[in-house]
Amino acid sequence: WVCPGHCEPLSWCPAGRRACTDIISTVEFNYSGDLLATGDKGGRVVIFQREQENKSRPHSRGEYNVYSTFQSHEPEFDYLKSLEIEEKINKIRWLPQQNAAHFLLSTNDKTIKLWKISERDKRAEGYNLKDEDGRLRDPFRITALRVPILKPMDLMVEASPRRIFANAHTYHINSISVNSDHETYLSADDLRINLWHLEITDRSFNIVDIKPANMEELTEVITAAEFHPHQCNVFVYSSSKGTIRLCDMRSSALCDRHSKFFEEPEDPSSRSFFSEIISSISDVKFSHSGRYMMTRDYLSVKVWDLNMESRPVETHQVHEYLRSKLCSLYENDCIFDKFECCWNGSDSAIMTGSYNNFFRMFDRDTRRDVTLEASRESSKPRASLKPRKVCTGGKRRKDEISVDSLDFNKKILHTAWHPVDNVIAVAATNNLYIFQDKIN
Amino acid sequence: MFARGLKRKCVGHEEDVEGALAGLKTVSSYSLQRQSLLDMSLVKLQLCHMLVEPNLCRSVLIANTVRQIQEEMTQDGTWRAVAPQAAERAPLDRLVSTEILCRAAWGQEGAHPAPGLGDGHTQGPVSDLCPVTSAQAPRHPQSSAWEMDGPRENRGSFHKSLDQIFETLETKNPSCMEELFSDVDSPYYDLDTVLTGMMGGARSGPCEGLEGLAPATPAPSSSCKSDLGELDHVVEILVET
Repeated sequence: WVCPGHCEPLSWCPAGRRACTDIISTVEFNYSGDLLATGDKGGRVVIFQREQENKSRPHSRGEYNVYSTFQSHEPEFDYLKSLEIEEKINKIRWLPQQNAAHFLLSTNDKTIKLWKISERDKRAEGYNLKDEDGRLRDPFRITALRVPILKPMDLMVEASPRRIFANAHTYHINSISVNSDHETYLSADDLRINLWHLEITDRSFNIVDIKPANMEELTEVITAAEFHPHQCNVFVYSSSKGTIRLCDMRSSALCDRHSKFFEEPEDPSSRSFFSEIISSISDVKFSHSGRYMMTRDYLSVKVWDLNMESRPVETHQVHEYLRSKLCSLYENDCIFDKFECCWNGSDSAIMTGSYNNFFRMFDRDTRRDVTLEASRESSKPRASLKPRKVCTGGKRRKDEISVDSLDFNKKILHTAWHPVDNVIAVAATNNLYIFQDKIN
Repeated sequence: MFARGLKRKCVGHEEDVEGALAGLKTVSSYSLQRQSLLDMSLVKLQLCHMLVEPNLCRSVLIANTVRQIQEEMTQDGTWRAVAPQAAERAPLDRLVSTEILCRAAWGQEGAHPAPGLGDGHTQGPVSDLCPVTSAQAPRHPQSSAWEMDGPRENRGSFHKSLDQIFETLETKNPSCMEELFSDVDSPYYDLDTVLTGMMGGARSGPCEGLEGLAPATPAPSSSCKSDLGELDHVVEILVET
């Protein structure tokens, strides 16, 4: 894997409006992979566009340059509860492209917005009622009519909010997912999942509600949800107890009863007080084929066959060496970090992040895995990334890093894989790295 | 926030108490570490109430951990039973009231969703949520982290639960707490011990043992003074001046 192009790995440039540089909170390629959207803690969305192949600059293919930047969400204050609603973008999901414009959904804890991103490369000149600089002309001076003409201009990319879906979530939204019907989408918070129609903002259907009548009995929350990529009536949601429920909206309006229930039986030999916490699923993703789904818990990534509920078909250890450090990680709250995971375009490989700016890739066919690092030092242009290794005990080899030297503040929670090519986007706190497979 | 009925005094089972005490005296490192984990968890829950918008998932996971420890301690017999009337209030299968543990986090939810979706007709407009929230009891600026989602009677029970909490938690130096809670007639737990024990950051001690049952280092000694300011703040909120 290499960092493409002549430039350094793309860095995240803060707008300067906020005191601290903004931490990237979500990364998502669009359906073609030509656009890459990132959301940050400050409520901004930055969209990158892939450079087209250019014969004069053969290495430029694969570079992503800033295409559009806009402020999606602002901090709000809930006066009733005396609480601030963070503007941090929790998730971005693209809509499939239907015309020249691009659409995406972005959400913070409470409000989902549909944004239209469109290009403007022409402007009209020769208006009758106003001057070229926009000043209104004195109507008495208008003695003749002319037809305004369109002239080319420098490309301008505009983002405008087309829909705002608000006031439907009492708890914090953790997921949004666009349905394969391209008309509806779901949004999930800790206790409820709502179904929306993209055209309708003043109402939504509640399709899952796990809030107990008596909050004293609450022991489990929803952690992630996603629609099936092809079956528009099917979605899954994961829980803090390590379970996944697959629901079919055809069976009933309120999908509190699942169609399938996925849970791996616990290994009694490894039980500890932290067992439940580390089993909590932080992300769930269907494979592109729709035949499998992948879940990420604290220490591992699991691949499930939708036809088998009893246990996953694959389990990949991300950083098993942390198992002996769980108490410390509980103390410093790292154990609650929510890592995401993603599939490559052909579903043959999966990727997820770890600490110390490490991220892991697992090849499902060859059963090989690799640990790579996203950092300035290791990402010289066109130089391959060196595999990294964590030393778990005993003698540390030269290139290895010991578990105690890992920097737990450098966590890679968000990664994305191009839907077709071997190009990946890795968010390391406030830096965005894009790598591509040098075989390309 | 401390768990209701976290520790209970066993009345009328003196032999067991003595046995338990004897067991405690020869307390294993595992128990110490388990206790540290419990204390750490309680502090985390308490801290999460002070945050602006607590993370519900985190709160639930911590509360579940506390419950697990509590259940194990009950089975061990290291859990001492509470006075009978309190025991009735807290049934065994719900030793720790999640609501008490995380009341503020969940009490902030004021709205209730429109009931009865029925057969899939359009849900009562989501705008229903707005009028519902506007009917909530006014909040106290100071105790914004301790929202009550109901009228005054909840507060009464809240105080009572606190009674139980404090009377049942062990106390080493009750003096500094007693004057703060002088209107409640039960002995109180020394928050300092909990807070500072954790602030002292018992890093290697409890953590190693609990994961591999390796021999543990004793919990570091704590000092009251540095955390009294924070303590005052917490108490202020609890007493709801």
